[in-house]
Amino acid sequence: MDFDLSEEQRLLKESVDGLLNDSYDFEARKKYRAEKGGWSKTVWGKLAEQGLLGLPFSEEDGGFGAGAVETAIVMEAMGKALVLEPYLATVVIAGGFLRHGGSAEQKAAHIPAIIDGSKTFAFAQLEKNSRYDLSDVATTAKKKGAGWVIDGEKFVVINGENADTLIVTARTSGARRDRNGIGVFLVPANAKGVGRKGYPTQDGLHAADITLTGVEVGAEAAIGDPENALELIERVVDDARTAMCAEAVGAMDESLKSTVEYLKTRKQFGVAIGTFQTLQHRAADMFVAVEQARSMSMFATMAADFDNAKERATAVAAAKVQIGKSLKFVGQQSIQLHGGIGMTQEAKIGHYFKRLTMIENTFGDTDYHLRRVTDAGGLI
Amino acid sequence: MDLAFSKEEIAFREEVRAFFKDNVPPDTRRKLQEGRHLSKDEMVTWWRILNKKGWGVSHWPKEYGGTGWSSVQHYIFNEELQMHPAPAPLAFGVSMVGPVIYTFGNEAQKKQYLPRIANVDDWWCQGFSEPGSGSDLASLKTKAERKGDKYIINGQKTWTTLAQHADMIFCLCRTDNNAKKQMGISFIVFDMKSKGITVRPIETIDGGHEVNEVFFDDVEVPVENLIGEENKGWDYAKFLLGNERTGIARVGVSKERLRRIKDLAAKVESNGKPVLEDQGFREKLAACEIELKALELTQLRVVADEGKHGKGKPNPASSVLKIKGSEIQQTTTELLMEVIGPFAAPYDEHGDDGSNEAMDWTAQIAPSYFNNRKVSIYGGSNEIQRNIITKAVLGL
Repeated sequence: MDFDLSEEQRLLKESVDGLLNDSYDFEARKKYRAEKGGWSKTVWGKLAEQGLLGLPFSEEDGGFGAGAVETAIVMEAMGKALVLEPYLATVVIAGGFLRHGGSAEQKAAHIPAIIDGSKTFAFAQLEKNSRYDLSDVATTAKKKGAGWVIDGEKFVVINGENADTLIVTARTSGARRDRNGIGVFLVPANAKGVGRKGYPTQDGLHAADITLTGVEVGAEAAIGDPENALELIERVVDDARTAMCAEAVGAMDESLKSTVEYLKTRKQFGVAIGTFQTLQHRAADMFVAVEQARSMSMFATMAADFDNAKERATAVAAAKVQIGKSLKFVGQQSIQLHGGIGMTQEAKIGHYFKRLTMIENTFGDTDYHLRRVTDAGGLI
Repeated sequence: MDLAFSKEEIAFREEVRAFFKDNVPPDTRRKLQEGRHLSKDEMVTWWRILNKKGWGVSHWPKEYGGTGWSSVQHYIFNEELQMHPAPAPLAFGVSMVGPVIYTFGNEAQKKQYLPRIANVDDWWCQGFSEPGSGSDLASLKTKAERKGDKYIINGQKTWTTLAQHADMIFCLCRTDNNAKKQMGISFIVFDMKSKGITVRPIETIDGGHEVNEVFFDDVEVPVENLIGEENKGWDYAKFLLGNERTGIARVGVSKERLRRIKDLAAKVESNGKPVLEDQGFREKLAACEIELKALELTQLRVVADEGKHGKGKPNPASSVLKIKGSEIQQTTTELLMEVIGPFAAPYDEHGDDGSNEAMDWTAQIAPSYFNNRKVSIYGGSNEIQRNIITKAVLGL
């Protein structure tokens, strides 16, 4: 049992923190948001240069063979800095599909472009009525010759507006909510029949609603078994949830830090408001919430190595419950303790609150995951 | 980072588990599971079994009878002990006064007291709180006046846990009225059979008798019963309170109680099916289990940190343990109340000695719920814990 980082992991953390300290203060972030597409190609290039985009890929695929702990280190740092660039969509999710399910040809075709930063990806999964159920897929993929024809609508596809390639879930057989008959397809974003309506999201990212109308792809587009890819999807989405837990811990940590700083400097009634016990105890409760979230983020990260898929999924769901509870408390109280200033776009704190809130509602909220843990028979 | 225990640690866990299985008297185990109080004899019998095995004072230095275990081994031992369940060693002797004596006491005191603590030849109680000094402990007034080779002690202590069983007390007494309040306190130990001591029971809301008032009326104590230096008692008290950082979370206790909740909820019906099949109840249970898992991980972080970097600088996460640990213990007793519903009502008039076996054991559930309100009050109330986080961690 060991919770310390290895020497290599410590160096990785220093290098990510260093990079983001230098290039990602709140003012810089505003500039990146204003760039075309809503994030910075320059920053993306720097992430590639430092090898961060290649982190989880095996050495034979040109990566560094890093694991869940390394991804968590990067995501926590990105949470602290409120990074806008599509690391989760491209490296964690698309990279995850390629690593866990991709053929040698698919890996060779796509991983180098992720690692060198030349291409980004988006995960087109959510549908009008699917909510958090990964097996609820109405988009269809019908066999045509050796390839497939995809029809359907996908919503709130993060980085969908900018991505070069979409990863689309589609039903190849069965009824709308069957576990069997779901495939995962690589679809070039500029393929004929792909319509994209982009928009900013509440937390400053960019997403798109995507229509797929008679989109034709070859047999090589299917990742894994086109008839039975739900387990692959669940695996990758668990990776994404775990990464978002770490991101949330980074964002909560920074929210708490910034709130404590504010309590020390803001004066009312002639004294720093941090001298008032009501506010001190609220901040102490925020600390407790962050530490409990950090523990469960570590739990989910280490669960990536669990052999038993069901145990892994339950661990990740439990982590998402704790993170959801903690982020709501920390997010809301950060605003409360900042008072009026916390209500302004000008102040950084509100942007943490918004990102945290969107994390809660991505890939299953607290209630959804509590039900999953319950259905699995609990943790004890 | 690695969550798994090593092969050696797993083997150790098996060894500990097997020992408990073979050696904890079955009646003692059952009574604990049912939330009944144990008699003095039952507790002492078990502690002597533990001491004979060499595990009575496991965390003490080897020269005084400790085991030399790693932090992780101590964690495993406590966890298994709480889950079996078996009575934890008497904290007042083993975790509190023992370490103060081997750290600050002289050779004669070590020789005189330590072996007797380990074998519970003396039952110790703690004389800290006073009617006017709870969270503000340093304001305590009990006086020890030096007269020749004796201290004359006058005053009153309260919340003195199991003083009715005690042979010895360690007591914070004011020895200098003129110094700043923390500076004039001394750490003195003495015989509970001394002339001038009166123990009066306090009945708690569950009907139990765990705590007492203790009155001192010109109690004469030899000066050699002073531990360490005169007027340095506050430092020793802080050392004592800071000693048990991780046990306080009582993760094993809550785990055991959750298992009991599930057992009982599978037997009690509501709307024609077991309570355990009620979705709302199941979700509450799962939510509690998640909180407990988070706490367990937080505790393991602290344990691993101590193992690697020593106990010198406490991990900031350790202050989380008391707050969450007590909240979760209280939640588990609430869940038990919820399971038995209207059958929580019957009250066992025979009190808390657990001798009335005729009474259905569900009679202990409401008292246990009432009694567990104490866990967020004692050992530094949860509000005091928040003050500690505020100052020591957040720097406010």
